Amino acid sequence: MTSEIYQCPGCCYQFNELLGDEYEGYPPGTKFESLPDDYVCPDCAVCNKQDFIPVEGQSVPHS
Amino acid sequence: MKAFTLTESNGNTIEYIDRKRYLWLSSLFYPLMPLTGVCLMAWTGLEVSLLLPLVLTYVGGPLSDWIFGEDKNNPPEAVVPQLDEDNYYRILTYLTVPLHFVALIGAAWWAGTQDLSWWGFIILAVSVGVGSGLGINTGHELGHKKSSLERNLAKIVLAVPAYGHFCIEHNRGHHRDVSTPADPASARMGETIYQFVLREIPGAIKRGWEVERQRLERQGLGVWHWQNAILQSHAIALLIQLSLLFAFGWIMLPFLVIHNVIAWWQLTSVNYIEHYGLLREKKEDGRFERCQPWHSWNSNHIYSNLLLFHLERHSDHHANPTRRYQSLRNFENLPQLPNGYFGMFLLAYIPWLWFKIMDPRLLALPHIQGDMTKINIQPGKQEKLMQRYAGIEQDQASSEEALEAKIQ
Repeated sequence: MTSEIYQCPGCCYQFNELLGDEYEGYPPGTKFESLPDDYVCPDCAVCNKQDFIPVEGQSVPHS
Repeated sequence: MKAFTLTESNGNTIEYIDRKRYLWLSSLFYPLMPLTGVCLMAWTGLEVSLLLPLVLTYVGGPLSDWIFGEDKNNPPEAVVPQLDEDNYYRILTYLTVPLHFVALIGAAWWAGTQDLSWWGFIILAVSVGVGSGLGINTGHELGHKKSSLERNLAKIVLAVPAYGHFCIEHNRGHHRDVSTPADPASARMGETIYQFVLREIPGAIKRGWEVERQRLERQGLGVWHWQNAILQSHAIALLIQLSLLFAFGWIMLPFLVIHNVIAWWQLTSVNYIEHYGLLREKKEDGRFERCQPWHSWNSNHIYSNLLLFHLERHSDHHANPTRRYQSLRNFENLPQLPNGYFGMFLLAYIPWLWFKIMDPRLLALPHIQGDMTKINIQPGKQEKLMQRYAGIEQDQASSEEALEAKIQ
């Protein structure tokens, strides 16, 4: 099982499934797919969930 | 002056010198503008001197924009990462934070210790309110950044105007909903600023608290938890305003009320002019199109842009909200305001004059071309405005017909 990293194409914010985003209330291990449908980039709010791009070659093995 | 250079893979060297580099130092003086009146009064003994900051802002501002004109200089995209990394620019934003506190405390001290007439007292409170409104602009620049230092400084500076919900509401609410009818911080065509403020201030408070409540809920925390970023900023505001009350007595109560209201009104003024009438198109799936450059009004006037950290290059800000002020770009053929923000504020305060100047400008935008369905219109005003501007639409239609006939 791997954890993926998804990046905002606008401001390059990265959502790393391994780390989650605790400030935003998404604990480590949160799957990107399980984020709410109305999720917007927490840094720029310009791009939404559908816009995020998986970062290739940076899959992190799950411990 | 420092040159930013970059050698591209094809061997070309790009060199960029930011001619505004040292002009940005002016951002350190403007927060202290409210104290110029106090200094002049201390020197001349004349209470009327307290008017100086308002004259500098509302006469000096539009006049300077008119005299110094526009600045269309842009940094090449390739050197933007270097420009962003240059600490000089961010230190200026950090330094403005304590200056806003100095201005408020200095003006409060003068109001609390001098025997001012009622009008001198009001002028002083209004002047420092205008300056603290500018503090929201400093909070805006800092609050959009990714570092926790800058985000915390934003929370601190927002305590001066007691507007702690701003960053959350602005970054996560306004930027998401901008130029849609649902956004309380986007003005509609036919809406006066006096109608707008009644929608904007309560709407922004409600949306800011809702966004923060949802974040805390995801963390399993209640809305009144100390980790609530709005409460953190308000706690600093409470501390400073109560301290002024203890230090200078009950006279601070009307002083702070006037100060706070005027500071909030500055933000209302900015919000009113930034997206007036502009509307994002609704797509088939019910979502609005992504915010485009033509969904913001811009101004390239150098003087007011220097005082406002390039806020007036607003289209680029909405396209790239985390971009630093020194890197924001001007683009041709965007909705342009005829003067800088300070001149436009005065216009907005006289609704009939605002409508007379801005409505034709709005209708003439290339993506609207007189089509009222592409405008964010005040409900109830549609019919009246359609009748008033029917000529423009017909003119547009007939010129299009003429053009088609010519082509055929």
